[in-house]
Amino acid sequence: MLVKDVRAIDPAIGLDEVLDVRIEGKRIAEVGKGLSAGDEEVVAGARKILVPGLVDMHVHFRDPGFEYKEDIASGVRAAAKGGFTDVATMPNTDPVTDTGTSVRYQIDRGIEEKKTRVRPIGALTRGEKGEALAEIGDMTEAGAVGFSDDGHGVQSAGMMRTCMAYVSQFDRVVIAHSEVESLTKNGVINEGRASTRLGMFGWPALGEELEIMRDIELCRITGCPLHVAHISTARSLELVRAAKADGLPVTCEVTPHHLFLTEEDITDAYQTNLKMNPPLRTPDDAVALIEGLIDGSIDCVVTDHAPHAKHEKDCEFEIAAFGTIGLETSLPLMITNLVGPGRLSWARLVEAMAISPRKILRLDPVTIEAGKKADLTLIDPEAKVVVDRGFLESKSTNSAFLGAHLTGRAVDLFVSGRHVLKAGKVA
Amino acid sequence: MALSVKHLLDTTSLTADDITQILDTGRSFAEVNSRAIKKVPALRGRTIVNLFLEPSTRTRSSFELAEKRLSADSLNMGGSTSSVVKGESLADTIQTISAMNVDMFVCRASLAGTPHLITENTDAVVINAGDGKHQHPTQAMLDLYTIREHFGHLDSLKVAIVGDLSHSRVAGSLVPALKTMGATPILVGPPTFQVADPAYWGVEQTADLDAVIPEVDVVYLLRVQLERMGGAAIPSKREYNRLFGLDERRRSLMRPGSIICHPGPMNRGMEIMHEVADSPQAKVLDQVTAGVATRMAAMYLLLGGENDAR
Repeated sequence: MLVKDVRAIDPAIGLDEVLDVRIEGKRIAEVGKGLSAGDEEVVAGARKILVPGLVDMHVHFRDPGFEYKEDIASGVRAAAKGGFTDVATMPNTDPVTDTGTSVRYQIDRGIEEKKTRVRPIGALTRGEKGEALAEIGDMTEAGAVGFSDDGHGVQSAGMMRTCMAYVSQFDRVVIAHSEVESLTKNGVINEGRASTRLGMFGWPALGEELEIMRDIELCRITGCPLHVAHISTARSLELVRAAKADGLPVTCEVTPHHLFLTEEDITDAYQTNLKMNPPLRTPDDAVALIEGLIDGSIDCVVTDHAPHAKHEKDCEFEIAAFGTIGLETSLPLMITNLVGPGRLSWARLVEAMAISPRKILRLDPVTIEAGKKADLTLIDPEAKVVVDRGFLESKSTNSAFLGAHLTGRAVDLFVSGRHVLKAGKVA
Repeated sequence: MALSVKHLLDTTSLTADDITQILDTGRSFAEVNSRAIKKVPALRGRTIVNLFLEPSTRTRSSFELAEKRLSADSLNMGGSTSSVVKGESLADTIQTISAMNVDMFVCRASLAGTPHLITENTDAVVINAGDGKHQHPTQAMLDLYTIREHFGHLDSLKVAIVGDLSHSRVAGSLVPALKTMGATPILVGPPTFQVADPAYWGVEQTADLDAVIPEVDVVYLLRVQLERMGGAAIPSKREYNRLFGLDERRRSLMRPGSIICHPGPMNRGMEIMHEVADSPQAKVLDQVTAGVATRMAAMYLLLGGENDAR
């Protein structure tokens, strides 16, 4: 396989030039200019961009337990469509992914599908109940890349301290869903203008920020690396910035929907696809988050891909399920809204969507160099995308961006040299 | 003249002309309601479904009487008997009823936005009879009617709205409607009952009832949901009554000519004391009377074929 005349961008090795990349078996065989094709397949790379394979470190594949929303087979197709070589799956399955066996199940199911790799995140506490430690050592051995009680977080400060202290022996990150439930109880929408306008219980910014303050202090005393999931407010970002300035091992992520949508987008039509946890915030928050991504205070972009069946969204807002799918639209949204208009460099995009998540999850780095693993994403920055059922590979269609017209997407994807996305189609 | 909206979902989308037209039409129907034979053939042959997904006695009775006096055929569906309880989605319920060719849904629901969801599943006209903590537009119409009948106008009036503001669909509809008509609402309640963003409505919000009372033309008391007590928002009925209840002392601070309104049902001894509730200043029963007339007006204007938006 030879990718010809492609602009290869890899900030980890300071690479940004037009050249050819030859893939043989699972590895990159050669990187250089004017490579001649043998009897191998040639992929035209002109006007396209080749980057280290993208990683989404926050997705929900609902397998086992909620396969009607998504399963590993459909989840990895959605991931491949989005250009991701690796995804980290959150443990709020049924049963909860809180044992080595359940971690191995997801990894093995992922391997069978021969597409995007599944990297399970294990639960911090058994059943995500916040009461007793899960077997974190066993899960680490089985291949868990991080630990989280995603979906509600660990409510007790004492329990969270125990979790972080315990995880600190394994060189793994604790990923915190930051929500003080006594503050967010019944909240379905940002507290403030939107909750006033639409007459629903508010989910205050404080509910997120107070928990981040707590976890940063727990990071300080336990030394356990802390990754703050889906930050949504300007103040949350300030807290993470301050922790980093203190030299603490704190990182954070942001979703495209918190960057590109706000509470103002929820109208009298009560669009349930815009119901998220954390909720869409104010335009000022979105502006601050975009700045944070540009300046590197926010480490990575994740989707929080949260599939839900039609009947769980086609109902009254207050009883609709939280979440939006995002794997297929993440890169197109980033290119359309930030890279295309020149606000975010390609190098910074690669850091946020490929390099940083690997670092945080302790995955081996991937670089565009001869001899390295061929984990590569080929991007057509001019390809047109209409977000509709035909474009989505996910079982569910609950996208906050349904109907959007976007520009730029992944067209080819190599996972250890296997060509799993070919000319825009999942193989 | 016709309303600018197809449905009556909220007061936010009503123009001053819309509101004036509903109030003026309501006046004609109030005259009908004062006759011995309280019936006109205006909506003869039209079918109206009262879909009350949340228990309601007063609002439902008011709508039912309004429908009967307009000669419409009405069907009552309640939360306890409806298929919604059996697990059917609202969309399926609405599509099923719509398939029987109905002209209007009057909907009461505990979830905000339910009336809008109904419009997406039917061609019929929808009136919101209260959706969760969001809006209750016909309540606002009867309130404005009552206030206008007393003062002869709405513009430049100051109206204190007192109570559990953040959970109140009554306030949710009344505040924008008053603003549209040139009146000035002032929100009063303990901080735990105040709305998150009064600036969105462009109104003042305070906890100092005694400072507000002498300044206003109308003291509008909201019903405090007793189930919210103990939920930490307020400590007790007794303390709420001391801080925010309208008693004789506070009534004596009110401007001459000013009035007291309450959407009912009243918690006597809590937000309002007995002697105040029964004083001539209290217009609570006038509001109830106005409810039938203004609901007749809204239904007539939305279904009467005089509607540009349809």
